[in-house]
Amino acid sequence: MPLTLEIITGERRLLREEDVDEVVAPGSLGELGILPNHAPLITSLTAGELRVKQGNGVEEYFISGGFLEVHADEVTVLADAAEHGSEIDAERAEAARQRALQHLEQAADADRARAQAALARSLQRLRVLEHRRRRGASGREMAR
Amino acid sequence: MANTREIRRRIRSVENTAKITNAIQLVAASKMRRAQDRALQARPYAEKMQAVLGQLSTVATEPETAHPLLARRDVNETAVILITPDRGLCGGLIANLERHTGEIVLGPEAAGSGEISMIPVGRKGGDYFQRFGLNFRARFQELGDYPGLAETQPISRIAIDDYIEGRVDRVLLVYASFINTVSQVPVTVPILPVEPPAVDDEDASGETQYIFEPSPQEVLADLLPRYVDLLVYQAVLEAAASEQSARMVAMRNATDAANDMISDLTLVYNKARQEQITSELLDITGGVEALKG
Repeated sequence: MPLTLEIITGERRLLREEDVDEVVAPGSLGELGILPNHAPLITSLTAGELRVKQGNGVEEYFISGGFLEVHADEVTVLADAAEHGSEIDAERAEAARQRALQHLEQAADADRARAQAALARSLQRLRVLEHRRRRGASGREMAR
Repeated sequence: MANTREIRRRIRSVENTAKITNAIQLVAASKMRRAQDRALQARPYAEKMQAVLGQLSTVATEPETAHPLLARRDVNETAVILITPDRGLCGGLIANLERHTGEIVLGPEAAGSGEISMIPVGRKGGDYFQRFGLNFRARFQELGDYPGLAETQPISRIAIDDYIEGRVDRVLLVYASFINTVSQVPVTVPILPVEPPAVDDEDASGETQYIFEPSPQEVLADLLPRYVDLLVYQAVLEAAASEQSARMVAMRNATDAANDMISDLTLVYNKARQEQITSELLDITGGVEALKG
């Protein structure tokens, strides 16, 4: 039986998708893949990329952190903030990266952690975009 | 008898008032729909988070000591987060909130709460309680008609920091709970220390043994601040829906009252005009009679 995936943030339900074959999520202990028949699990997530595999297709999402629950082939992602790959604004992410780098150079200790977290978020957003771009190219080739 | 010109001026002024109240009513109605919508959209997240928190509290062996946000202490200082609108023209909503909060922070109930400080969110509540010389830990206003988590998070983070560092021992949240369009009731919700939600019997029987990664304690430590963020966010959303519906109802009543007044005044105006014409006619016929004689 395939998985059912839900991505929910405090402000909206981003996705509810049935017939998902695999979910790869940025767990706080490292990336983890969820296949059907997974044991019940609750884990925290860090900022990173969430990949959803369905047949031959893959969709990328950016997650800024949160939790993931697996129970009876239902995967629920409680995200602090989440965006579909197509919603990510490359320029904004790049600007955020520059800003975070600047803060990191000047920041006092108290603000360092925050700047580092902001940097991680912007880098992960850019990574999602990069993956999307690469996949987009190969995807078109395969179609021919 | 008031003269006709004066009555006419009065009618025109009431008509203008009715136009304004009607416009505010329409705007509030559309904002209310959107505010309610947003409150509904936040629900799945809240439900799931409560379920996860419930699961965690069955696993954590000593929930009281598992995390500082769960720890109960003797109450030396209570912080009250009061959520009010920024603007008036919403009927009795603000007065009700102020009265309700007044009982907590100034009334006899305040005796058992230790020192009291406030975090007013929204201009009206802050302005009101400033007069009583209460200590404000922070003050927020102009969150906008549709505040997001990014706007409400600073509020909850102040409460969390103050709680963890022992500056306050209890945090209460006061806001107007949205019952329905015509009824909004002030409620007090304790948010710190966190009271883990009760789990459904079905889940509590421990049929499903969850794996927690990295560990139950660490997931709990990640989850609790977000849970407090969420409680505050939801309260702000609900308060926004309450504000808009209170304003809509108040302005509809005002428009109705203005229209009643207009029809009463129109009646008076017509009567006055008729009397004036009659007396003019009498004057003329009187004059004609006099000339005949």
